Formats: sequence, structure tokens, C-alpha cells
Amino acid sequence: MIEEILITARDNAKVDPYLNIWTWEISIYLFLGGMTAGMMIFAAWAVLAKKDDLAPFASNKLALWAPIVLSIGMTTLFLDLEHKLYVWRFYTTLQVTSPMSWGSWILILVYPVAILQVLSTLRAGYPKLAQLAERLPLVTPVLDISESQKRRIALASIPLGIGLAIYTGILLSAFSARPFWNTGILGPLFLVSGLSTAAAFVLLATRAHAEKLLFARIDIGLILVEMLLIALFIVNLTTGSEAHLNAARLILGGEFTLLFWGWFFTLGLVIPLLIEILEVRGSRLALVTLGPVLVLVGGYLLRQVMMDVGQVSTWTQYESQYDMQLLQRLER
Amino acid sequence: MPARYAMVIDTRTCIGCGDCVVACKTENNVPAGLNRDWIVEATRGRYPNLTTEFRSERCNHCSHATCVYACPTGASHYWQNTNIVLVEPGKCTGCKACIAACPYDARLIMHPQGYVDKCTFCHHRVARGQDPACVSSCPTHCMHFGDLNDANSIVSQLLDRRKSRALKPETGNQPNVFYLS
Amino acid sequence: MQRREFLKLSGTMLATAAAGPTLLSGCSQKRLPGSGQVTTSPTICNICFWKCAGVVYQEDGKPWKIVGNQQDLHSGGRLCTRGTGGIGAYQDADRLQTPMLRVSNKDGQYFRKASWDEALDYIAQRMRSIEQKHGNDRLALLSHGSGGDFFQTLLQGFGSYIYGHPSYAQCRGPREVGFALTYGEEVGSIDRTDMENSRCIVLIGSHIGENLHNGQVQTLSEAINKDATLITVDPRFSVAASKSKHWLPIKPGTDMALLLAWINVLINEGLYDRDYVARYTQGLEALTEHVQPFNPEWAYLETGLDPELIRTTAREMARNAPATLVHPGRHVTWYGDDTQRSRAIAILNALLGSWGCEGGFYIPEKVKLPEYPIPKPPPAKSDWKKIIQPEFPLSPSGISQSILAACSGDNAHIKGLFVYATNLPHTIPNSIDMIKQAAQDLDLMVVIDTMPAEITGYADVILPECTYLERYDEIRNVAERQPSLALRMPAFEPRYQSKPAWWIAQQLAKRLELEQYFPYQDYAEVIDWQLRQVDSSLTEMKTLGVKNFERKTAMYFREGEQIRFRTPSGKIELYSKTLEDNGYDPLPKYTPPQQPPNKFYHLNYGRAPAHTFGRTSNNPLLFELMPENAVWINPLVAKDWQINNGEYLRLQNPEGTLSNRVRVRITERIRPDSVFIVHGFGHTSKSLRLANGVGASDALLMSRVLVDPIMGGTGMRGNFVTFVRES
Repeated sequence: MIEEILITARDNAKVDPYLNIWTWEISIYLFLGGMTAGMMIFAAWAVLAKKDDLAPFASNKLALWAPIVLSIGMTTLFLDLEHKLYVWRFYTTLQVTSPMSWGSWILILVYPVAILQVLSTLRAGYPKLAQLAERLPLVTPVLDISESQKRRIALASIPLGIGLAIYTGILLSAFSARPFWNTGILGPLFLVSGLSTAAAFVLLATRAHAEKLLFARIDIGLILVEMLLIALFIVNLTTGSEAHLNAARLILGGEFTLLFWGWFFTLGLVIPLLIEILEVRGSRLALVTLGPVLVLVGGYLLRQVMMDVGQVSTWTQYESQYDMQLLQRLER
Repeated sequence: MPARYAMVIDTRTCIGCGDCVVACKTENNVPAGLNRDWIVEATRGRYPNLTTEFRSERCNHCSHATCVYACPTGASHYWQNTNIVLVEPGKCTGCKACIAACPYDARLIMHPQGYVDKCTFCHHRVARGQDPACVSSCPTHCMHFGDLNDANSIVSQLLDRRKSRALKPETGNQPNVFYLS
Repeated sequence: MQRREFLKLSGTMLATAAAGPTLLSGCSQKRLPGSGQVTTSPTICNICFWKCAGVVYQEDGKPWKIVGNQQDLHSGGRLCTRGTGGIGAYQDADRLQTPMLRVSNKDGQYFRKASWDEALDYIAQRMRSIEQKHGNDRLALLSHGSGGDFFQTLLQGFGSYIYGHPSYAQCRGPREVGFALTYGEEVGSIDRTDMENSRCIVLIGSHIGENLHNGQVQTLSEAINKDATLITVDPRFSVAASKSKHWLPIKPGTDMALLLAWINVLINEGLYDRDYVARYTQGLEALTEHVQPFNPEWAYLETGLDPELIRTTAREMARNAPATLVHPGRHVTWYGDDTQRSRAIAILNALLGSWGCEGGFYIPEKVKLPEYPIPKPPPAKSDWKKIIQPEFPLSPSGISQSILAACSGDNAHIKGLFVYATNLPHTIPNSIDMIKQAAQDLDLMVVIDTMPAEITGYADVILPECTYLERYDEIRNVAERQPSLALRMPAFEPRYQSKPAWWIAQQLAKRLELEQYFPYQDYAEVIDWQLRQVDSSLTEMKTLGVKNFERKTAMYFREGEQIRFRTPSGKIELYSKTLEDNGYDPLPKYTPPQQPPNKFYHLNYGRAPAHTFGRTSNNPLLFELMPENAVWINPLVAKDWQINNGEYLRLQNPEGTLSNRVRVRITERIRPDSVFIVHGFGHTSKSLRLANGVGASDALLMSRVLVDPIMGGTGMRGNFVTFVRES
């Protein structure tokens, strides 16, 4: 028997009894960041591949949602900061070893391009909104220029979108201290998941049947790739060091097994996959809208599961000998 | 060559009394409930064939400090090019990346202010040539502090002479708190 | 601070200042410790009784920290956990603030705040009335603290000599009596053990390290560094056991059997120090005959210890003798035969020749410091020991529970009781009913304390003493390895209306026309006068804190030196005629302990390095370190009961007394027939807002008190408990 315990009381906020630094704010941010990336990529792809007819929503309307969704994500990211008044410190430096520093600069680049994407498709996608905007000075020439550079903007959006999505994964995978996260597969996994959630968004938003079918097919492919990446993720963990094995155990029989396999994998991947396959095969079930909803749920759950399990997975875990609630008495 | 400060703690004489923990609290005025150092008791075996070890633990002031590398603003930094890892509250956004990056869970958030805090190896004392508060309070004299780049320092000599180990060196962080056995 | 760091810091300050007041206050913690105005003053720690010298630091007029005084050989220049946390005693928000008087109205009794004048007048008037009705010899003092002597002076001046301290009958008494019977001298506090030079140390139920007596811990640690052999006898895998070459996980209550077997081996194998024994001792023949039946095989049946292990350890002791210390222990009131067990330990040491030898017991020396001249107190009207504790003629000290018992009943001898700095319900086992009765029957009960401990609830008058950090006390002058003097002086003004003990006693004396016993304005004058007699002064000591003096006598016996021991025979008495003459066993005998009833377990208790009994449980710094105690349960027992680690349950003794809820720690470090809790928890005083209701009190569960027939100690280790699950 090994008994390894803390014999002095320690109640470090969000570290004890187990790491709990990041909760829904960061999960939401990572989810929306990935979805933004997917939106930018699909919108750019539709432009570059001239899919106006087949995919009218993706070509003209999708771009508007990317900065909106990203802004919600950025808001929750800000909410998570403990020392909020110092947020500007992100932009006084580039720390080359810090994925978070890279991420904050990527966001600085993503924002203008995402907005240019909006501007270059605004008249086509949202004519009324464009008219309203054009009442303001300078908007008309800006829209003109943006439209003229539409392809270039699209070309720029794709690498930035990929960068954004992969960064949300690398952000976690760079933490060698959290064995569950510590695999490069998280980058591609979050990219594919981001694309899948963006596809689901299109499925929910478009009224064009052909576009629905197209994106259902794309999403089926993405979900299958995502499953493959998850398999690789698990292979990676289970063939790792003891710390990685312990981390794998958390979802392979451990306390997070149900959350991972029941909620995320089954509800968020398998069921929507089946629904979308039925849809592509022509079934006109009432639950077809459920497919993309579940994909979105699954996309969020992926980040939430990663957040929860990753923080519990650790190199050092001591049980405290005392009831930490007692320390609240010190506030007498 | 900048110093490589290390702490060498003799588990043969450590009794887990916690003096180091209280000394740190008073020296650095650490708020109630928060701790920059702590004691772990590890008991192995079955009655009556047992071993028990006490370890005074804290930030390992790693030579390869993943927390410093994870910090997006440079708030986490090495003090004067040594291995002492400090946090500059004026640069800290409270993003907690460093907390996630520490395999030893040695960092904490100062409440209510919100910046990240940690063991400083009492660099304010080190700068004056003194040992950290924990080391200088230890009633069993089981804790030692010094520069590993100085072959004559007490820590270099102890590590040369005695069997030692650091916590989880497999993290690759190159921790600088060592335990003699 | 180095220049670069300073510049960087200034930069931060400017940046935060520019960012506005919120940012500035948000990062106020950044200022490096000690960068303000730092002042220091010397003290002697009072968190336990080891009396380590320390230095109190203040920064910008605020308490900062206490550290050891580097010059103090007594403490090795270092404070222990509790001493470092001493600031917490000053800061504790639950401290007694004003004098309190018990008053009655139609709804019952309650305490109300009173002025010092009112409280002191009340006490003086009650003392006068006791004197008139019963005589001036009817007041008693129970004290456990450095200010107690002032009250002793007061009461003796009044004519009352009755005095007891729980460190005798609840703690060290048996060993002092046992060693005095054998060597003519007590071990004394601080313990005269020469552990730093020992080659072999035998600890019997003495968990040094958990019981953090600074000098003991430091010298044990030094012995470990020098590769001394440690042999630890304990039912629990104590911290000391974990440092030992041999751990003897003895069956509780059978230590005497082991000691007799060791003596048997030393004698029968001819391993004892023949020269030493021949020169200094008497009674070897009787002892030899006495221990013949007690061989290791016999002891195995009692102790459960492998006979070979008993032999091996005995030989190891002999091999390292005389630098072998069979440690006398400190808290030794266990099974009621404790004086005899201490005698056995003393005898064992004599056989090894360790008393007076390097690595065994050194000869302590203190500074010859004249007493401040005060008049002799009036002679005692009665022999109080004969009245209060007639059944213990060999007891040199007052027996606290006998004194308490003499406070009750219509014919009670004691009519007024002063309780100074000792929380009796947690100190004397199973004493609650006695205390309640005493509180009923006494004409006056005064409690002087810094904290609203449980005992304050039974007082007529509560007087708030200031902490050691706010007062002068007697100069520290302890007999030990290196003679030294140390100063305690106020680092801070007394908080609230608290006052130092000397002031309280002096103010009472004034009201009783006994001011001749306190002939000074300020106790500092006494300290200065005494210091001037040894070529020092208060001014000098305020800077030094500690002054070391040269030894004038040898620390060990010289080779072949003839010694006259202060025993009746002038020899070390292996065989005690004194005991025989008083109707006790002249040689130690073994009595098998009573076994726990089915589903009950031995209640073992002990100390934790974070706390001094129950008196620090409310100290915020130490509470934060260790807020509660846990009951240690062996995994096999836990499995039987299906108890989980970390769950809360209650302990119950055979009489049905239930403890507070207490957290479970399942650990291999305890025998399956025993449980263990740390003493000092389970407070019930609501005014102790941190400690109240937390953890279990061992004292409360001790229904079976095994009184030592020789010295009156309360044996506490014969108690049993079972578990009661929380429903």
C-alpha cells in the first residue's frame, strides 16, 4: 500500500483538491474559436470554388457569422482572466515559447481578415444590411474594394482559419504537465471538429436543399475523420508513459468514461453521424435538424471533456489529510 | 555563469513538522489558506514492514521551467538569468496557463487580486546572501540551499556525496529541489 | 535588494501607479518583504515550555515574523513550527479582551465585562472572606506557564502554599520520581539527554519529532546525521520509528515486560558495564535474581515481540554503551505503574553506565543568578500535602487532580482556586465532573488566561493575560548543557485590556497589603537588578536577547571519579529501599494490561508538531497548518467496519461517552488493535471560533484513569474506544 498525503493544510484556489483553473468559459472559447475557423474556411472555399449556386449560404452569408461567433468566444475568454485589468499585457510582447501568446496574435490577424470576408460578401449575402451600412460614409468604397479583392481575402482566410483552429488544440497539447492533453493530435482534432461544427452551422442555417446535402456529406466525412483522430489520440495515450496511461484510464473505465464515451462520443459523434447518413440517403425524418444540433453539442462537449479530464490528469496528486472547508473559519 | 540555485532536503532527518510552511507564510505574508510550500507524507508497505518519508515541497525552480515557457506575457520569468522563477504581478493577466503548465501544481492565484503567485526561493533574501525563510527556520537542519554551479557549495557537496532524487524528473523540467535518502 | 531588481520594481510601481488606484492596490502584495522600516526585539517563546529564544520582527510598525535567536544554543538558533507561528497567538481575534465577572439574575448565570479595579477588588474581598471564615491557607494554585510564579508568590505571601502543575501528575512526574529514587536526581526540564553524542538511542513510546521539543528534535536529528542506531518501541509507526533501525511494534501496555527482558539479557549475557555498576550502584544481586524469570521468550508472550529482536536490540545497546541513551520519555503517565517503569528505564541506563556519561545523560548547569530580594512569606499553617494527598507520601509535588478533588465537598480544604494558563478539562483526564463540582463548591475560582479556553466557563472571575509577546517575564535560566540567560520583553503593546501576570499579581497584592512581595514599579526593574548581579543589564540584554556563560563544572563524570549520589545510600539504587519502606515494590514488576472488550481498540494518543496540546488549536497560523485531528485506523480494521478514508465518525468509550465527529485516516502506521488521535482537539468553547467543535478530544474519552500509587500520576493509556458511524 502507498499512502501519499498532504499533512499540512493546503487550499490553493483552483489548484486544490484538483486543478480546476479553466471551466466553461474556456470550453466555450475553444469551441467557438474552432467553429469560427471552420466558418472562415468554408466561406473561403465556397468563394474560391465558385459554389454560389450549389452553396449560396456558405458563399455569401456564412462569413458574417465568423466574427460574431469569435467575439462571443473572446468575451468568455476575457471572463476567464483573473487579473482582467492587465489584459492589454498580451499585446506588449510576443513570447515565442507560449502558444497562448501566439494565439493572441493570431486573433489579431484573424479579426481583420474575418471582417474583410464579411465586407467582400455583404452585398451579396445581406443586401439590406449592406444598404443600411452604406448610409455611413466611406462604407461604399470599402465594400467596393473588398469585393474586388474577394478571392485574395478568401485565400488569406484559409491559412488563418487553419491556424486558428489548430492553435486552439496546440494551446492545450503544449502543456506537458497535463498528460491527457500532451499530444499533437489535439491540433488536427480541433481543426476537424471546428470544420464539422461550422458545417453543422451551415446545415442549420441554409434553406437550399442541395447545400444541405453537400454539407451533410462533408460533415459525414469530417465526423469519420474526427473518430479516426480520437482513435489515434487514445492509441497515443495508451502507448505513453505511466502518466499518460493514468490519464488514459480516466476515460477508459475511470471517472470520466461515461462523459467521454456516452455523452461526447455517442451523443456528439455517433448519433449525428447516423442521422446525417440517413439524410443523405434521402430519409425525410423530422429529426434531421437534430443531427447538426448534436454536432454542435458534440463540438462543445469535446472541449468540455478535454478541459475536465485534462485538468484532472496530472503528474502529482496528493490527498489532503484535512477537511479544507474548516479553513473558511479563518474568515471569522 | 549565473547561479543555479537548488534546495537539498534530507529526508533522513525531515520530520514533516511544517515549520518551513509557517516560516514561508510569515516571511512572505501569504494569505490564509494559500500555500507556497507544503508537506507530503509518503508511507509504503504493510504493517509492520513500513517506510515513511516526509517531503517539504514547493516550486522546483526548474531549469526547464514549462511555466515560464507557457506564459503569454512574460510575467513568469527567470530572476536575473538564474533559475529562480518569479511572477511579475504587473504583467500577469491571470490566464492561468502557467498553473496548467506546472507538473508540480506549485502555483496559486492570489485572491482577491487575481495574479498568480508562487514560491520565490525568497529571492529577496537570496539577494542579501541569506537562505530562504523555510531553510533558515528548519529545526532539524534538514534543508539546505545554494548554488549548484559552485562546486564548493553545500548543495553541490551533498549531491556529490549522498544519494538523491528530484521529484518527477521525467517531466523534463529539470527540477532543482532534491531529496536526499 | 540588488540594484537591478530595485529598478525593475520601481518601474512596476510607476506602471501600476499610472494605471490607477485599483491597479495599485491590486498589486500591493508585490512589495518585497522587509523593504519597509524593520525593527526587532528579543523574546523567549511561550508556545510550549522549551523556552527558545527568538527575535520578533516588525515592519512599518506591524507584526511581521518571529525567528530564532542565532546566539541561542538552547534552541540551536531556530524556533520550531509553533514558535514560528507565535505571532498567531498575538493576532488571535478570539483572545480574552477584558476582565469578566460571573453574575446571576433570575434567568441564571452569565459573564459580564468588568473593569480591572472591579475584578481585582472582587477577588481581594473574596480572599479576605475566605481567610476570615477558614484561614489563610485555603487557597490553591494550578498553573502551567511562566507567569504562574507571580501568583505563587502572591498566594504564599497570603499564607497558602497549595500548588500543582499538570506537567507533574499528567506528564513528567513518574520519570522524575522514578529517576530521583534511582539516581537521587530528577531528569528535569529541559531533558539532560546527551543525544547529539549518543551512538544508540532507545525511544519507548516517546515520539520525538511529533512531540516537537526543539532541543530534543535537534539533538535527535544530529544523532541521525552521525549514524547513531535508533531503536523505537511504539505500537504506532511513529516518525521516530520511521527513522529507526529497529522498530518494535509492541502490544500496548506491555513496555515493562520488554524492559525487564532487556535487563535480563544485559545481566545474563554479562553485557552490563561491570565497572560502572560496581562503582556506582547497589542492588545488582537482588535485581539479577528478580529478573531471572523475565527472559525474551517470556516477554514475547506479553509484548508480541520476537525474542531474537529483543536480544539483538539489547546487544546493540550494550555494544554502544555508555553512549547508549534509553530515553526517559517525557509524557509518561500511561498505565499507573509509571514510576516503576521509569525506574526500570533508570536501571537499564545504570546497567549501561550512561548516567553521567557522554552520549547518555550529561550533568546540567545553570547560571548562578541571585533572586531579587523579597521578604520570606509567612510560615505555612498546615502541611497541605498531608491533607490533600496523604496517600502519596513520596510525591514531591502537588497532584493536580488531588488538588481539584480537595476543592469539592462541604469539608473541602480548598476554598479558593487560581487557575493560571492551564485548561483543566483538556489537561486532567475525565475531570469534567470534578471541575463542575469544584466550581459549585469553591468560594472563589479565578482563571487567568489569554484565550477563552473551556476552563474559563467555570470561573467566578476571568482575567485576560497578555501574550508573551506583550510582556516581561522571569529571565530564562535553565539548567542544561550550556548555561545562558535569555530575555523576554514586550514586542508589542498589550492588545485590548490584557495585562501581564506580574502586574495582575502585584495589583492583587496591593489590595491585600502584600505589596512587599512585589517591590517594584515595573518587572523590568527586577530583571535589570538580577542581570546587573552577573555583569549584564537590561539594556545589554535588549540588544543581545541571549547571553551565554562558560560552564564552571564538568559535564560528565570523570573516569573513575567517586560520586556521592543524593540517594539514601549515596549509590545509584537499583534496589530501592525507600520504596520498600513505604510499602511499594523495591524492584519493578510487570502487570499485564487489561485487554479491550470485543470491538473496542486501545486509545493511543500523542502530539503533532503543529500544536501544543489544546492551547494552540485556535492560533490562526497553526490552525491553518493543521485544523483538525484524525483518528488513525489500520486498513484491516477499516475493512471490518467498512470505514472509508476521510469519512467522519465518532469514538465511544465503554461508558458510552461519545467524542465529536472526527475524520478517519486509514493507515498502515497503526496496529490493528489500536487507534491513534492527536491530543488537543475537540474544543467545546464557542468563543474559540476556529477550534470549537473540531476533532475528537482524547481527554474526554478517558474514563479509565490508572492512578500511579507512588506519585499520583493519572495513567491515560489504558482506555478503549469503539466506532460510532454517522447516520
